[in-house]
Amino acid sequence: MPKNVNLDEWRGIWVYAEQRRGEVSPVTWELVGAARRLADAVDTYVAVVLIGDGVGRYAEQAFAFGADKAFVAEHPELAEFRTEVYGRLVVDLVLERKPEIFLLPATTQGRDLASTVATDLACGLTADTTQLEMDVEKRMLLATRPTFGGQQLATITSARWRPQMATVRPKVMPRPEPVPGRTGEVIRLEVGDVGADAPTRVLRVVEESNESRILDEADVIVAAGRGIGSKANLYLVEELAEALGGQVAGSRPVCDAGWLPKARQIGQTGITVRPKLYVAVGISGAIQHVVGMMQSGTIVAINADPKAPIFQVAHVGIVGDLFKVVPALTQAVRQRGRRAVLETVGG
Amino acid sequence: MHAVVCIKQVPDTTEVRIDPVTGTLDRRGVPNIVNPEDLHALEAALEFRDRFGGRVTVLTMGPNFAASALRECLALGADEGILLTDRRFAAADTFATTYALWTAIQKIERERGPVDVVLTGRYALDGDTGQVGPGLARRLKVPLLSYVTAVESVDFQARRIVVRRHVEGATVTLESRLPAVLTCSADLNRVRYAPLPALLAAQEAEVTTWTVDDVGADPEQCGLKGSPTIVSKSFVPEPRAGSCRFFEGEPETAAAALVDFLIEQEKIPGFELAGAKEA
Ligand SMILES: Cc1cc2nc3c(=O)[nH]c(=O)nc-3n(C[C@H](O)[C@H](O)[C@H](O)COP(=O)(O)OP(=O)(O)OC[C@H]3O[C@@H](n4cnc5c(N)ncnc54)[C@H](O)[C@@H]3O)c2cc1C
Ligand SMILES: Cc1cc2nc3c(=O)[nH]c(=O)nc-3n(C[C@H](O)[C@H](O)[C@H](O)COP(=O)(O)OP(=O)(O)OC[C@H]3O[C@@H](n4cnc5c(N)ncnc54)[C@H](O)[C@@H]3O)c2cc1C
Repeated sequence: MPKNVNLDEWRGIWVYAEQRRGEVSPVTWELVGAARRLADAVDTYVAVVLIGDGVGRYAEQAFAFGADKAFVAEHPELAEFRTEVYGRLVVDLVLERKPEIFLLPATTQGRDLASTVATDLACGLTADTTQLEMDVEKRMLLATRPTFGGQQLATITSARWRPQMATVRPKVMPRPEPVPGRTGEVIRLEVGDVGADAPTRVLRVVEESNESRILDEADVIVAAGRGIGSKANLYLVEELAEALGGQVAGSRPVCDAGWLPKARQIGQTGITVRPKLYVAVGISGAIQHVVGMMQSGTIVAINADPKAPIFQVAHVGIVGDLFKVVPALTQAVRQRGRRAVLETVGG
Repeated sequence: MHAVVCIKQVPDTTEVRIDPVTGTLDRRGVPNIVNPEDLHALEAALEFRDRFGGRVTVLTMGPNFAASALRECLALGADEGILLTDRRFAAADTFATTYALWTAIQKIERERGPVDVVLTGRYALDGDTGQVGPGLARRLKVPLLSYVTAVESVDFQARRIVVRRHVEGATVTLESRLPAVLTCSADLNRVRYAPLPALLAAQEAEVTTWTVDDVGADPEQCGLKGSPTIVSKSFVPEPRAGSCRFFEGEPETAAAALVDFLIEQEKIPGFELAGAKEA
């Protein structure tokens, strides 16, 4: 059994800094925040692994968010993520430096890389975690993930193997406050003629219209569920969203029906969001939906059914007919909004 | 052309439970289906065979009754169904799953000829890790082409394939050597229907069954024993029950009170209560 017997050789908590087209994804800083918390519990360091072309400039940001070290591999051949090429670099680095925990984002890139690397290292990999805790005495990672469509949570451990690997969903861990001027150590990696014999080559990258990024960045999201009844009624949530300065999203049935684009679907098979305010309109609150929005700052639910499960995750709610309540909300927001603006202008 | 398609039988409903004592999956009374994306992987393989001729082998690791999933694939046109089944394979995590599948694919290569392409789904509905395809590629030491939504071109003679992959916010066109592992999404193709006679015939069809010993796997690396991860606890998410603050009355009254509450609590970005600044 390829199990690492001497656990004491393995120290430090690492984060893979995902870059796409030269930009490090925000999820990286969320993971650095989580890693910092775990590292402080067992008194060890946090490192980020930056791979790409010209990504070294992100080291300072990593330090500001809480990292102590940055491993940097830069080369034009590394500009685009390729599983085999990145995988080899990461495996070599892990074997040389022996971190006890290694976190990657649960994105297409993070999942591919994590699974590839874990296979080579013969270590455990927990997928898609939403909670990370530390058993301090055993220095054991307790990684919790939703399974079976989110109906169950499972805590997964890999006590006797190192590193303990996990992918973590974006937008689940809070993004830490950066501390400007916080410093760390940059360790540049010798990459040689990396990628020269790579089996794959990126021919084209076509970026999409940024629907999901729009939701990513929205402070306010108003989401419509099947209760909205038809596409023609969507204007109700659109008006409320506009009054609140937010964006419109939907549950799966709404997107499946084509009332909203697929990229606007919130939930397990859609995207995960974490706005400051989430308004769920005519959404029952199935767990597959809830896993995609439960980290929102404030959750408002409008539903005719007082027993709808959405009220178990909502902070505030109105039980009532959305066709009456939503226009009333829009009206109220517009009035308040106008007042706030007038006051500002007047003052 | 020889394609191996890995399929997983998964429970059809969301009514699945995990045994709270063992932390393992309790599938009693739940109908089983072929993982939906795996049918798209099979369709891709069948389309290769339609164009180039050759052979499609379907492989699954699972309990005895997973043979029915293989029969469904046979009805759709697969040439052979192979069931890896053995108590010692049970409760495998993704690491041990890829080990078992890898040993079986090696046996397939030895006995049925070289494999040009291995296809899987992106995710299985139940475990939902998306780790098996990438892990398998690594074990086989072949390139991974994941999240594939289109095959632009393929040449089995020249051993070259060009695919489109869908990743966050972009479509990436990737050229690769063959053999390779493709993980397939539902966008890749439209799954054909099995003709009724084929469905009926497949009910009786033979599937090949292999055990740990048949594939020459090391029992220490299989199943629970060979799994670095364990489910140490499973539980139902705690509802935040009772903590929702309700606003009642006529829609206008309730709505106004709710909005005032949110503004007072500074819950709506960009909105502030009149005069709040001075206070
Ligand atoms: C593997 C899997 C993955 C899934 N992934 C997702 C996902 O990513 N995202 C997702 O959203 N779902 C997902 N689902 C589906 C999920 O299980 C639910 O079926 C879905 O979320 C329900 O959508 P809904 O709440 O809009 O509709 P419904 O459950 O039909 O709820 C409609 C609600 O509207 C209320 N209503 C009706 N009329 C009115 C009215 N006039 N005024 C006020 N309220 C009214 C009703 O009381 C009801 O609560 C997934 C399911 C599976 C099995
Ligand atoms: C509650 C729970 C949580 C779990 N969490 C983890 C975890 O975090 N990490 C971990 O390593 N394991 C985990 N497992 C174990 C994991 O579910 C199993 O290893 C499973 O057999 C394969 O993983 P998957 O369902 O995630 O497949 P995925 O990787 O999602 O499946 C992708 C594709 O691989 C192919 N495939 C998958 N399984 C088979 C098979 N048996 N035979 C043939 N082809 C197959 C199919 O084509 C499928 O579409 C967990 C299990 C449970 C019950």
